Amino acid sequence: MTENVYQPTTMRIASARDEAPDVRTFRLEFTDEAARAKFFEKYRVGMFGLYGLPGAGESTFCVASPPTRTGYVECTFRKTGRVTAALHDREVGQTITYRGPYGNYFPIETWRGRNILFIAGGIALPPMRSVIWNVLDRREEFAKVAIVYGARTVADLVYKHELAEWGQRGDVQLTTTVDPGGETPDWKGKIGFVPTVLKELAPGSENCVAVVCGPPIMIKFTMPVLTDLCFKPADIYTTLENRMKCGIGKCGRCNVGSVYVCKDGPVFTLEQLNKLPQGDL
Amino acid sequence: MKVFDANKLNDLAAALAAKGYRVIAPVQDGDVVRLAEWAPGAKIQPGVIPVNSAKDFLLPRSEVIGRYSLDGNDFTPQQVTPEAPKTVLLGVRPCDAMSLAALDTVFNWDYADEFYNARRAATTVVSLACASADDQCFCTSVGGRPDSTAGADAILRPADGAKRFIFDALSEKGQVIAAAAGDLLTEAVATVDAPADVPQRFDARTVTRWLADNFDSPLWKELSLTCLGCGACAYACPACHCFDIQDEATRTQGVRYRNWDTCGLGLFTLHASGHNPRPDQSARWRQRVMHKFCYFPQRFEMLACTGCGRCGRLCQAGLAMAEVCRRIDEASKVAK
Repeated sequence: MTENVYQPTTMRIASARDEAPDVRTFRLEFTDEAARAKFFEKYRVGMFGLYGLPGAGESTFCVASPPTRTGYVECTFRKTGRVTAALHDREVGQTITYRGPYGNYFPIETWRGRNILFIAGGIALPPMRSVIWNVLDRREEFAKVAIVYGARTVADLVYKHELAEWGQRGDVQLTTTVDPGGETPDWKGKIGFVPTVLKELAPGSENCVAVVCGPPIMIKFTMPVLTDLCFKPADIYTTLENRMKCGIGKCGRCNVGSVYVCKDGPVFTLEQLNKLPQGDL
Repeated sequence: MKVFDANKLNDLAAALAAKGYRVIAPVQDGDVVRLAEWAPGAKIQPGVIPVNSAKDFLLPRSEVIGRYSLDGNDFTPQQVTPEAPKTVLLGVRPCDAMSLAALDTVFNWDYADEFYNARRAATTVVSLACASADDQCFCTSVGGRPDSTAGADAILRPADGAKRFIFDALSEKGQVIAAAAGDLLTEAVATVDAPADVPQRFDARTVTRWLADNFDSPLWKELSLTCLGCGACAYACPACHCFDIQDEATRTQGVRYRNWDTCGLGLFTLHASGHNPRPDQSARWRQRVMHKFCYFPQRFEMLACTGCGRCGRLCQAGLAMAEVCRRIDEASKVAK
C-alpha cells in the first residue's frame, strides 16, 4: 500500500518544562531524520499537529516552536482529558507519536516592514509563541513589535522565563497583566483584563498587523477594542481550535459552516471569521 | 444486447463468486432486505431497497488504521494493510451508486485515503435500475433518476415486464463482469421496462439558497424537536462518511480504529474544555442538513444526498430528509 495518511511518526521527548498547573511544554525530536526533513520542508508558522500515544489516542495542538529552529518541535498543552493525561505522564527520553504539520499558516512574508502587535491570553500564548519567535528570529525584517499577554493569575502565565527574555529585549515592547485579584505581592506587571489593558495602551493601527489568540471571552471583548483603534479586519489575525480527529479534512468534525478549521484554518483573519456562521463557533 | 432471465440472479451471483468475487447483493434477511455477502442458498431480493447502503462495503463501520506493539513504556508501529477483497456490488440502487462521487471526493481531498481507495479500486459496481419506488424515494429531487448510470460500472435494467434483465456494461470493470458471467448472458433483444415513477418532492436549488441565508432561522428548532440524536439516519445514509478515531490497547498490543460517527451525536464537536459549538439537537440537526445541501455543494459542487430515502424509512421520529427539504422549500416561498 502507498502511504497511510493516518500513520504518525515517532518523536522523542528531549526535555519537558512545567509552565503552569497542569500545563507542560515538550521539546520533541524526530527519531527519523527523513521525517524531520519532510516536516520542515512543509512547516510554516501557524500549522498544527496531532500529538498522541498509542492506546490513548491523539490530540491537536499547535506547533509552538518556529520554522526557523529546525532541530526540534515544541508543543504546550494542558492536562485535561484522556490523551493529554497520557501525554502528561510521559517522561523525558520516552516517545510519543506525531502527525503533521497540517493546516494553513500566518502569512508573515506579507508582514515584512510592518508593525506587529501580539495579543494573547492564558494558554492561548502557545499558538502565538511560534509566531513571536519566528518574527524575533528574523527581527530586522519587521518594524515595531509589541506583545500584550495576560492570564487569570500569575501562576497561569506560561513561558515565564521567555516573558522575562522578551521584556529585556530592547526591540520588543512587552506588557503583561493578570486579572484583578490574580496578582501576587511582588507582581510588577499590570492588573486588569487583557482588553482593558489593550484599550489603555491604545497601540497605533497604522501599518500594523494584530495577532490575537485567547479564550472566547477575551476575543469577544478584544475585537471591538481593535476596531475602535482602526485596525482593519483583514489586518487582524487569529487562530481557531476545534475538536479534531483526522486533521486532514475527512472525518467531518471541525467545520464551522463550510469552512474546515483543519484545512482552511487554523489561521483566519477577522474578515474571514466574520463571514462564518457565528452560531457554529 | 446482453440479457438474462430475471430468475437467474442467484446464478449470476454464483458465477461471479466462482470467479473469485466477494458478491454483495440485496438478500432477504428475516423480514428485511439487507445488502450483504451472498452465499449459496441466499435469496437475492431485487424488488425492495435494502435497509443499508453500499457505503458499508467501501467504508466499513469499524476498521483498523493503525497497529502498535507495546513493551513497557515503548511502542513500535506496525504495518497495516487495508482489507480490500475483489468485490462486486451486485444490484445496488442508482442512488447508492451516485453517492460514490461524494465519497471519492472526500477521501481524496488533498490527502488520499488508501484504505478507502484500495477498497474502491477492488470494487465493481453493478447497479439495478428501479422498477418501483416508495413514498420515501426522492432521487429525482436531488439530480438523480431511478435508472441513472452515475457511479456504475454496469447496470441491470428490468425488461420484458420484469421477466428479464438487460446487462449494460458501462466500463472496463463492467465488461469483466459480463465476461465472468459467461453463458448466463445471451445476445437477444428485449424491451426495457419503464423506470419507476419518482415525483419531484422539492426544489434542491431553492433549498440550497435558503440554507445559505437562514443559519439562525427558528425553523431549525421546530424541525428538530422530535430528533432523538440516535444517528440511524447517518449510519444508513450512502453519502454520510464522518468518522471517529479511537485507540484500544492491552499491555502488549495497541490498535487504532476508524469508526463511523455522526454529527447528530452530542459528543461529536464537544471540546475538552466543555465548550460545545453545537450544544443542542437543533444545532446538530441543522449541521446535517447544511452539510448535505449547503456546505458540501459550496465546496465540491455536488449535493451529499442522493434521495435514497433510507433516513425516512428508518427514523421513528418522522425526520425524513425529503420532508425536511419540502418544509424548507415551503418556508422559502412564504418568506417571499
